[in-house]
Amino acid sequence: MVGLALALNAGLASAAYRLNFQPPVTRIASEIYDLHMLMMYVILVIFCVVFGVMFYSIYAHRKSVGHKAEQFHENTTVEIIWTVIPFVILIGMAWPATKTLIAFKDTSNPDLTIKATGYQWKWGYDYIKGEGEGIAFLSNLATPQDQIHNQKPKGENYLLEVDNPLVVPVDKKVRILTTANDVIHSFWVPAFGIKQDAIPGFVRDTWFKADKEGTYRGQCAELCGKDHGFMPIVVEVVSAEKYTQWVAEQKKKSAAAAEDPNKQWTMAELQTKGEKVYAANCAACHQPTGKGLPPAFPALDGSKVATGDKSVHIDTVLNGKPGTAMAAFGKQLSDADIAAVITYERNAWGNKTGDAVQPAEVKAARK
Amino acid sequence: MSAVIDTPGHGHADQDDHAYHPSGLMRWVTTTNHKDIGTMYLWFSFTMLLIGGVLALTIRSELFEPGMQIVNPEFFNQLTTMHGIIMVFGAIMPAFVGFANWQIPLMIGAPDMAFARMNNWSFWLLPVAASLLVISFFVPGGAPAAGWTLYAPLSTQMGPGMDLGIFALHIMGASSIMGSINIITTILNMRAPGMTLMKMPMFVWTWLITAYLLIAVMPVLAGAITMVLADRHFGTSFFNAAGGGDPVMFQHIFWFFGHPEVYIMILPAFGIISQVIPAFARKPLFGYASMVYATSSIAILSFIVWAHHMFTVVMPTAGLLFFMYATMLIAVPTGVKVFNWLATMWKGSMTFETPMLFAVGFLFVFTMGGFTGLMLAIMPVDVQLQDTYYVVAHFHYVLVAGSLFAIFAGTYFWIPKWTGRMYDETLGKWHFWLSLVFFNITFFPMHFLGLAGMPRRIPDYAAQFTGFNEIATIGAFGFGLSQLLFLYIVLKCGPLGKGEKAPARPWEGADTLEWTHLPSPAPYHSFHDQPEVK
Repeated sequence: MVGLALALNAGLASAAYRLNFQPPVTRIASEIYDLHMLMMYVILVIFCVVFGVMFYSIYAHRKSVGHKAEQFHENTTVEIIWTVIPFVILIGMAWPATKTLIAFKDTSNPDLTIKATGYQWKWGYDYIKGEGEGIAFLSNLATPQDQIHNQKPKGENYLLEVDNPLVVPVDKKVRILTTANDVIHSFWVPAFGIKQDAIPGFVRDTWFKADKEGTYRGQCAELCGKDHGFMPIVVEVVSAEKYTQWVAEQKKKSAAAAEDPNKQWTMAELQTKGEKVYAANCAACHQPTGKGLPPAFPALDGSKVATGDKSVHIDTVLNGKPGTAMAAFGKQLSDADIAAVITYERNAWGNKTGDAVQPAEVKAARK
Repeated sequence: MSAVIDTPGHGHADQDDHAYHPSGLMRWVTTTNHKDIGTMYLWFSFTMLLIGGVLALTIRSELFEPGMQIVNPEFFNQLTTMHGIIMVFGAIMPAFVGFANWQIPLMIGAPDMAFARMNNWSFWLLPVAASLLVISFFVPGGAPAAGWTLYAPLSTQMGPGMDLGIFALHIMGASSIMGSINIITTILNMRAPGMTLMKMPMFVWTWLITAYLLIAVMPVLAGAITMVLADRHFGTSFFNAAGGGDPVMFQHIFWFFGHPEVYIMILPAFGIISQVIPAFARKPLFGYASMVYATSSIAILSFIVWAHHMFTVVMPTAGLLFFMYATMLIAVPTGVKVFNWLATMWKGSMTFETPMLFAVGFLFVFTMGGFTGLMLAIMPVDVQLQDTYYVVAHFHYVLVAGSLFAIFAGTYFWIPKWTGRMYDETLGKWHFWLSLVFFNITFFPMHFLGLAGMPRRIPDYAAQFTGFNEIATIGAFGFGLSQLLFLYIVLKCGPLGKGEKAPARPWEGADTLEWTHLPSPAPYHSFHDQPEVK
């Protein structure tokens, strides 16, 4: 207990021992913060009263100090009192909780609507309505594997950093629609006071209105398989001007990235692009070495699919394999990405098929 | 019953009094004696506690530092899942059934359980189920890794280990249902003359209510996991949106089982505490009738609060409000129980032998778990805390400091009656203090981790969570090792037969039938002639 008390004292002085919620940056999050504090105080008072009585009794009513047992029992008045008092306290707690709950559920009239899709194991964001409509990207963990496996020192935002953060304007009501592609995930940003499960095949919603610029970090909060601990959420809240600028940049980028669907790619181009796509989307399960983690995640190196008929390979990547962890990547990746990654898989490691798959072939297979 | 069979001149001398039974292993395989079966239940659950504990310590070792050190993420998920399933279905539930087997006949003055052969069967199903669980670690893809809640559609993704897990749960469910039928029948039909329902010891009352809960909800769990099985192998789409199903339906069905299940694991604990505190305060239980009503209200409320486990899933505002208010309401009967125990202690003449220490420890630490439960009932706060370490802290406060401490209290309380020997009081006290201190070192910091934003069921975490995780891991090893002391204490007065001989009534304030009418140890066959209760 002494050790614990010392640790707690040390904790007060250091960020490594945070004792309470993260600083809230939305109205809902601060209401939750206050609600929690209010409850804490009430609970502390009850705690002191109840255990004050208990410890006094332990001290005073011991046989060793010669206390004789009285034989009283049952007392309707006392029993009514200790049923009614907790009930009244509960009503006192329910009142502010109800107010916050109703505000929490009010997702009407948003300035910006974004769909967050949970994938095993990354998030995809689609800007559906409002400024920036049409922007869509995937957001992957940016922490390198060698930090996770302790071969390199861990960075400042270890496990809470992504390649493409969600960018939103400050002081605007943002409605988040959640859904998922495979299993249930949960979209959680503690500083905003929101957590909403993302359910495959269904769309749910929540909202926030951040009142301070900054970078806020959260994580997937529903067990979703192997890499559940490795799919963070990073939200950058920026000023209105910066947001407009960011939107323009994204539009330019996506215009540049829109490839000519009939372009013939060279083997080298496909392989270079494919290696990147592989690292971002496939390596978590099938491993950078292509050896996989059998039996749940089979090896690609020397596998029947990756060395056999091309069309089976394309179909597997596009549509996944129902009943297994193999996801359908058709909706997540572009034709060029899929063509590139298949070409890479068919020519990497010990696979020497010499096949090059063109985006046009993928496009044809989609139908 | 036996009085009828044991008529003079009946058969061989060695079969008189039912004293004849096979020896060695076959005694245990074929036994229909409630004491033998109770003993087997208790040893089984202790074995499972150790297995589940090893899994827990592996989890805590991996979480000692950020980064992946000992296990990989898939195996980590198997560990958390199997730790939960083994502790809930293998350790806590069978331990209470063990208590029921030993104590209910002794406390109501019955010669044995009503269905003696079914009793044997319901025990021997358990080792089979446990073996399936252990074997699942060694099949391709490993053990179930979807969390003990087995949420679909993640659980439809798993390998054959999940099928073994589902089969094991079916078997354990069947075992629980048989056990409950037996307990209800015994209590309702075999009480000593004069023992009306409202004169039954509290432990018997809490088990009667628990047995009804089990019969009501175990089939619901069986239904949910059978649907998962069908989705996995028979092409159905109960939980698959693409086929017209709904993944959230699994959670509704699961928690309709799951919340009463929580009370299945705590009501018998309340019963044990309600026997121990009056015995050591040398004073009757303060509000016997209101304790019975409070226990029943908790049981009834447990059927209408399940969706508080799903506040972040989605519900209409009215649904959220209903489940929030209903959940908060549980605090009232739970408070009544705590106040009753306090009032029982008040102006008593207390001594603090190990059973009483564990009972007071239970009261203190379980109530803290109750407070965090109240916090989690508040839906907006729950949104921040759902699926974080705060929840992990909360349910370990009620299941370890609640159920497990009560099991310890009950074991120390009744072991003189079971073995005829007193346990080692000094070692018992050491066991209590080590358990209490290390328990809090392990689980108290988890509240802070959850508040600060650490999700549960993750194999690796961001650097700011390191400090409290280190403390928790150290505490976990201390807690785990302390339980070996418990093993030694039990072995010493049980199988090794050492220690002072126990009198028939070693506890001054204990006044139920097993203390007043039977010697210690209780004879192999007790209450041939039922005692009269005034």
